[in-house]
Amino acid sequence: MALDDVAPSERVTLTDRAKAAAAWPIRLLATVLDVPFRFLQRIFGIGAMPYFFILPNMLFFGTFVVLPLFINFAFSVTGGTNLFLADRPYVGAEQYEFLATCANHFDPATCREDRFWRGIYNTMVFVFFQVSLMVLFSLITALILNRDIRYRGFYRAAFFFPVLLSPVVVALIWKWILLRDGVLNAGLVGMGLERILFFVDPQWSMFWAIFVSVWANMGFYTLILLAGLQAIPPDLYEAAEMDGTKPERVFWRITLPLLWPNMLVVIVLALIKSVQVFDEVFVLTGGGPGTATQFIVQYIYTTGFSSQVQNFGLAAAASVVLGVVLFVLTLLQLAVVRRRDQG
Amino acid sequence: MTDVVARPTRTLGALLTATRGNGRLHWTDVFTYIYLVLGVALMFGPVVWLVLSSFKTQAGLQEFPPTLLPLGQISVEVEGFDEPLPLFEVTFEDGTVREMAQVRRVGIMAQMVDPDDPEERIQVSINDREPIREMRVAWENYTKPLETFNFLTYLNNSVIVTVAATLITLLINSMAAYGLAIYEFRGRNAVMLFVIGTLMIPITIILVPTYLVVTQLGMVNTLWAVIIPGCATPTGVFLLRQYMLTIPRDLIEAARMDKASEWQIYWRIVLPLSLPAIAVLAIFSVMWRWNDFLWPLIVLNRSEVYTLQIGLNAFQGELNVQWHFVLAMTVVALIPVTIVFAFLQRFITTGIASSGMK
Repeated sequence: MALDDVAPSERVTLTDRAKAAAAWPIRLLATVLDVPFRFLQRIFGIGAMPYFFILPNMLFFGTFVVLPLFINFAFSVTGGTNLFLADRPYVGAEQYEFLATCANHFDPATCREDRFWRGIYNTMVFVFFQVSLMVLFSLITALILNRDIRYRGFYRAAFFFPVLLSPVVVALIWKWILLRDGVLNAGLVGMGLERILFFVDPQWSMFWAIFVSVWANMGFYTLILLAGLQAIPPDLYEAAEMDGTKPERVFWRITLPLLWPNMLVVIVLALIKSVQVFDEVFVLTGGGPGTATQFIVQYIYTTGFSSQVQNFGLAAAASVVLGVVLFVLTLLQLAVVRRRDQG
Repeated sequence: MTDVVARPTRTLGALLTATRGNGRLHWTDVFTYIYLVLGVALMFGPVVWLVLSSFKTQAGLQEFPPTLLPLGQISVEVEGFDEPLPLFEVTFEDGTVREMAQVRRVGIMAQMVDPDDPEERIQVSINDREPIREMRVAWENYTKPLETFNFLTYLNNSVIVTVAATLITLLINSMAAYGLAIYEFRGRNAVMLFVIGTLMIPITIILVPTYLVVTQLGMVNTLWAVIIPGCATPTGVFLLRQYMLTIPRDLIEAARMDKASEWQIYWRIVLPLSLPAIAVLAIFSVMWRWNDFLWPLIVLNRSEVYTLQIGLNAFQGELNVQWHFVLAMTVVALIPVTIVFAFLQRFITTGIASSGMK
């Protein structure tokens, strides 16, 4: 986009024309929007203009983020199956009580809403293993990519590639591999082993849920850690080399301490994403077998939207619980990021 | 925005010799090599397998163990039979090998016929025959869904959602970022806090009420329901604002002297100068929208408004999954992202590394 109008050129090529054709709706939009903004500026003066510029975005925020946040509480304290708030009777904390009632909180089967508690326990197991493995493998990968290797750009791209894939695509890729007659089972049979029906076995399903989500997201965290590694001043390593320090010691005494702030950021970011796991696993296992891989977001989705009776109140109450967890994690994130950026 | 990984690499000959300089191969060098090779295989292998499988015929997909390349059995027309018959290589007891077509199979025996001599029927054990196969690419996996399913509609919907949402996102986010970066005004800090605060509210915790809002606005089962709610991205506003803060104020003052309106300053000075940041946001927005799943799953319940992701999920959830179609459609869903990746990989990785967002 040039400041002036298109400069007169001797030859107008076809691409130039195509560019102009593509640009004209944008130009038109700019010209059309200029009129009301000029008008506003004439009436209210320059001092009022920033408000008009931030207004559209704030309207969207207000309508689709802030307003819903408040309505969510309203939903969670009302009952019935009606979507419209005016038609929903006030029930107080009943939804929360319903969610919380358990004879024994460590055994989901004794809870009134056992699916909710199973979702919580499954999510806890998933988060623990997924985040640990994710951080471990991102760290190893980042350390390796930080070395003097040939074709580093290619390797970095290879590890990053799955990050861009949609969760549905990721899940389908792996489902196809893991099916009863899939290539993995062919390999097992080829090695003289028994076929495994991965999605019939709860433990295997959980394993693959964790594996696939690490596979799909690892590249993102690797990038952050790699950036952190490359910010470590090289002189430190040179000094260590001159002193003849062992590589293991260099790792524990230089690399890890200096990378630690970035590690914390990665851990908290991974936690926040991991708690909200849904897409890949939903397509991969459907939450099954039974409820073995049903997580908290799937519980909210099923309760509110995909079961016979749409229990909006219960879904809202569960999402308030999830919201509190995420709020705490986000405060942690802000603290961690602030500490990193202040050095 | 500088490339974070631009630290110069010393090219030390082949990968294997990527040592620590003293010529000896440390165990970490071996480990590095093995890790990278396995890693690349693990990252690309499944995708390659998907693409290879998507070109197999329905019969080819049901083979166990699966073949690497898409192969199809050759069929031949035999006089006296309406349907083409599958061709086999039959080994007889005396060691002779003949190419024969199978008429029918009964238990472990198969009735075979020589294509050149249709009168003669021979019974052979099914263990004595091998199917004759050739490379056969099942393009119909790709063309059929276009004709028989709503696949083209899904694709179309996905493109509309991605393009419209990205344009709206870029416009309103850049306007807000401009307002927050260029002006000093009362309440600016409050607005910034508000923007950062909304970062904390992912869609997963406001599904029900957002659904209510969208319903009240009459947008359920229209593409607007997917396009509009996610347009005001806090990350986008934040990213653009940080970039716009670096634009010299003199430029803006000079434009005001020249009687430019505030809108013109935004459109003709600040926006063009912020193009690198806008490009990063555009790439992110395209990725977010193309891959979006949970929210569309909730608000799109009719097949004619499905996006590609929702359509794919619906197909793979059927009782009898037609894998030959599902695989081909998955490949199609993968193509735009792969193209973006191939051309803009450096841009994206830099954007992520510098902003820590995805």
